[in-house]
Amino acid sequence: MSVNRVVDWLEERIDLGAFRHLLQEKVVPVHHHTIWYYFGGMTLFLFVIQVVTGILLTFYYRPSAEEAYESVQFLMTEVQFGWLVRSIHSWSANLMVATMMIHLFSVYLTQAYRKPRELTWVTGMLLFAIVLTFGFSGYLLPWNVLSFFATKVGTNVAGQVPVVGHTLVRFLRGGDEVTGGTLSRFYGLHIAILPLLTTLILGLHLFLVQQQGMSVPPDVERASAQQPIRTMPFAPNFLLRDLFGWFAALGVLAALAAIYPWELGQKADPFASAPAGIRPEWYFVFMFQTLKYIPARVGPFDGEVLGVMGFGLGGLFLFLVPFLDKRAALGEPSPLFRWTGIGIILYIAVFTALGYLAPGPK
Amino acid sequence: MRIALRVALFGFLMAAPCLLLPVPSAEAMHACIDCHKGLKEERLSRPVKKIADDYHMIRGLKCQDCHGGDHTAFDNKEASHSRAKGFLGKPKRQDIPAFCGKCHSDPRYMRKFNPKIRTDQVKEYYTSVHGQKLREGDKHVAVCISCHDVHAIRAIKDQAAWTYPIQVAETCSRCHADAKYMKDYKIPTDQLKNYEKSIHYEVLTKKGDISAPTCPSCHGNHGATPPGVDSVANVCSNCHAAVAELFAKSVHEEAFSDLGQPACVTCHGNHEVLKPSDELLAGGKDTPCATCHEENSSELKKANEIRTLLQDLAKGIDRAEAILTRAEHAGMEVGPPRFELIEAKDALIKARAETHLVKVKRIKTLTTPAVVIAEKTVKKGQELMVQLQFRRKGLAASLLVIAAALIGLFFKIREVDRRGPSG
Amino acid sequence: MQIEERVDQGRRLVNLFLGTSLGALFISIFYPIVKYLSPPKLAEPTSFSVTIPWKATEVKVNSGRVFRFGSRPGLLIKTPAGELKAFSAICTHLDCTVQYREDRQVIWCACHNGVYDLNGKNISGPPPRPLDPLQVKMRGDQITVMKA
Repeated sequence: MSVNRVVDWLEERIDLGAFRHLLQEKVVPVHHHTIWYYFGGMTLFLFVIQVVTGILLTFYYRPSAEEAYESVQFLMTEVQFGWLVRSIHSWSANLMVATMMIHLFSVYLTQAYRKPRELTWVTGMLLFAIVLTFGFSGYLLPWNVLSFFATKVGTNVAGQVPVVGHTLVRFLRGGDEVTGGTLSRFYGLHIAILPLLTTLILGLHLFLVQQQGMSVPPDVERASAQQPIRTMPFAPNFLLRDLFGWFAALGVLAALAAIYPWELGQKADPFASAPAGIRPEWYFVFMFQTLKYIPARVGPFDGEVLGVMGFGLGGLFLFLVPFLDKRAALGEPSPLFRWTGIGIILYIAVFTALGYLAPGPK
Repeated sequence: MRIALRVALFGFLMAAPCLLLPVPSAEAMHACIDCHKGLKEERLSRPVKKIADDYHMIRGLKCQDCHGGDHTAFDNKEASHSRAKGFLGKPKRQDIPAFCGKCHSDPRYMRKFNPKIRTDQVKEYYTSVHGQKLREGDKHVAVCISCHDVHAIRAIKDQAAWTYPIQVAETCSRCHADAKYMKDYKIPTDQLKNYEKSIHYEVLTKKGDISAPTCPSCHGNHGATPPGVDSVANVCSNCHAAVAELFAKSVHEEAFSDLGQPACVTCHGNHEVLKPSDELLAGGKDTPCATCHEENSSELKKANEIRTLLQDLAKGIDRAEAILTRAEHAGMEVGPPRFELIEAKDALIKARAETHLVKVKRIKTLTTPAVVIAEKTVKKGQELMVQLQFRRKGLAASLLVIAAALIGLFFKIREVDRRGPSG
Repeated sequence: MQIEERVDQGRRLVNLFLGTSLGALFISIFYPIVKYLSPPKLAEPTSFSVTIPWKATEVKVNSGRVFRFGSRPGLLIKTPAGELKAFSAICTHLDCTVQYREDRQVIWCACHNGVYDLNGKNISGPPPRPLDPLQVKMRGDQITVMKA
């Protein structure tokens, strides 16, 4: 009623036709892979939570080596619900990386990247890289021992990049060492540069999704060659289901934040020696673990350099997959790429597990 | 062009005498140095090399101010080293204190450089074991240059000086830790080794606190001598005033002097003064208490009681500290309980000092309330941890609301789906 | 006809329930946010600065009081000359809390009889270093103490 009046008021002034059309016409295919369609929206929802809680955190956070830890401590102890906001920001970040990985690999395995959705895939991969950078830069901001040393190790890995490695490390750290200067730098990256990039690329990503509609997996397409595939309207049927998932996620976040509040840890001391058991955030663990296993020298090459280059090539492969996979573009099965994808997932799963289960060096 | 040439020519004419003439002997000090540094015999060239670091040189003294002679007799060895003109040369070892004392014992002379400086070092030196033995004709003992170096005599405030607090122990040990050198004196040579284990050494070298005691703090410097049995307590009390006062009032004071035992060091050791632990009071066989008191005596039981009081408080504080640290790292506000715990920590330190009076009652009045504080803090820490894990009320409420929304959505979805695509 | 009415009623009921629960959900989201944004009791972390809970006029000449500076003690003194000064109240010897001795007009540590002068300099007993000074700032009658 009142909603209708607002819509009418708006319609008299702006043409809402396109929007209305989009809402009415958008349909979601229904088949046994429909479940995967929810993960993109879930990632988007968690991202919105990140934006909201992130903005809230800037009210009390101070980006300097002298004050960062104290300001987070203040936020968690003196500010009402400060602990909740911070815990949700941290937990939501981790859940977001997880849903994003599920989204990425489900799209990969259902070959939704094939023509004409190459650009959607490429923008998605860019978003994935941005989210990982978000995670990496945000981890340092509380300036505690764990985050300090994880950053030290993490930026060190960048130094293994051939030719530009040294310059890259200096650029990332804002000097030769991880210092308060690195903190300010990561802060700028985390709250200004990355959000801007995300807004642009995410806008493009969503625009492409709306333009092209949902992709149907090739095997589903082939199976129902004759009949049209069953669909459901996006609004309200799919949207309500989305909402269901989002609220459930909200409940999970609240529970995680209250039962497992994100710890503050001990204030970083750049001159102390690294404590035992330094490990990056879980989504970097598989790379961290791999680098541990590579011998110091492989033939004429430096082991770490090879490892870093390997990951670079792996990332590039994923990035370019729609252009490499010619068979999928033609709608044919392409087992090679399918098994490569499964291989990558297994690799990440196994090495992440090893990172947590394998005994560390004594 | 022409002007430039003229200027250049003028400059050359002005500079020519400087280039052509040899440097005149105006700088007399250089006269000694210039000649000596070229000498082949190391004995004669070494002094002028070392003198560059010498504090006397910095304050404007020259070679002749100590050694005499005629510094204006340039290039004339006979005249410059003429005894008639007051040349002293190298003093004999037993003459060294007087040689330095020429200036250092003369207040009127020394006042020109530093109005507050002491001038009694030589007098004091002859009260020391070193000085007495030197008088007896022993040339092995330390004289001024043994500790102050020669020709590179640095001010005590110079970190490279052999007499800088951090260097002193090393300086003394050059003789005192050399078993061969000390053979005839029949005194131990393990002082440095023991001192290096002490809390004093740790504070001095690791914490860089140069007010921490090193050899001369207890033995004196110029008047170096072992402190006598009855003066030990006085020596220690210079820094440890409060415990010395307590000890002086204790039953031990009289007992120790009756037995001819020195205070302080009997329990704490002399060079190897370890950081005292509550174990020192254990009352067992290996503790200092047991050297005088018999096993199962009431005194040892008392010591045991005191130790238990102290250790219980210490453990309580440790437990409180541990749980507060855990809560703090988890992101809870621990400022107020930490602040309250300080009182318990103060009480522990006071109670430890109070052991020198050996009155169980007095220690109890300190530890009993402190233990209560520590226990309260532990409880507060536990409460914080509970609060942390169970911010549940709010969570339960919000989960309830979310569940309601989910149920509502579920029915809405069912209803919307039933309407079918046509709806 | 009847069936449709029942369906309509059911629909209305679902909408009502959903609307109410969504409303409650939004309140339970906005409540913490509003609380979060409302200014906390302390304007900033006490490890940077702390406003002392008593007024300048309440501090007598030739007296001293211990206050809480973060989780550590600070000592505010008013010298016989009437000057307000603040120091970390942690003795540099073994971390006891120091106090002001009105009779001797010095800062004194009861644990080992350490004595500091009114500038915080160690003058006798075991303390190896002066007390860490703190900055005293006045805003009207309010005393704020900050890290120096």
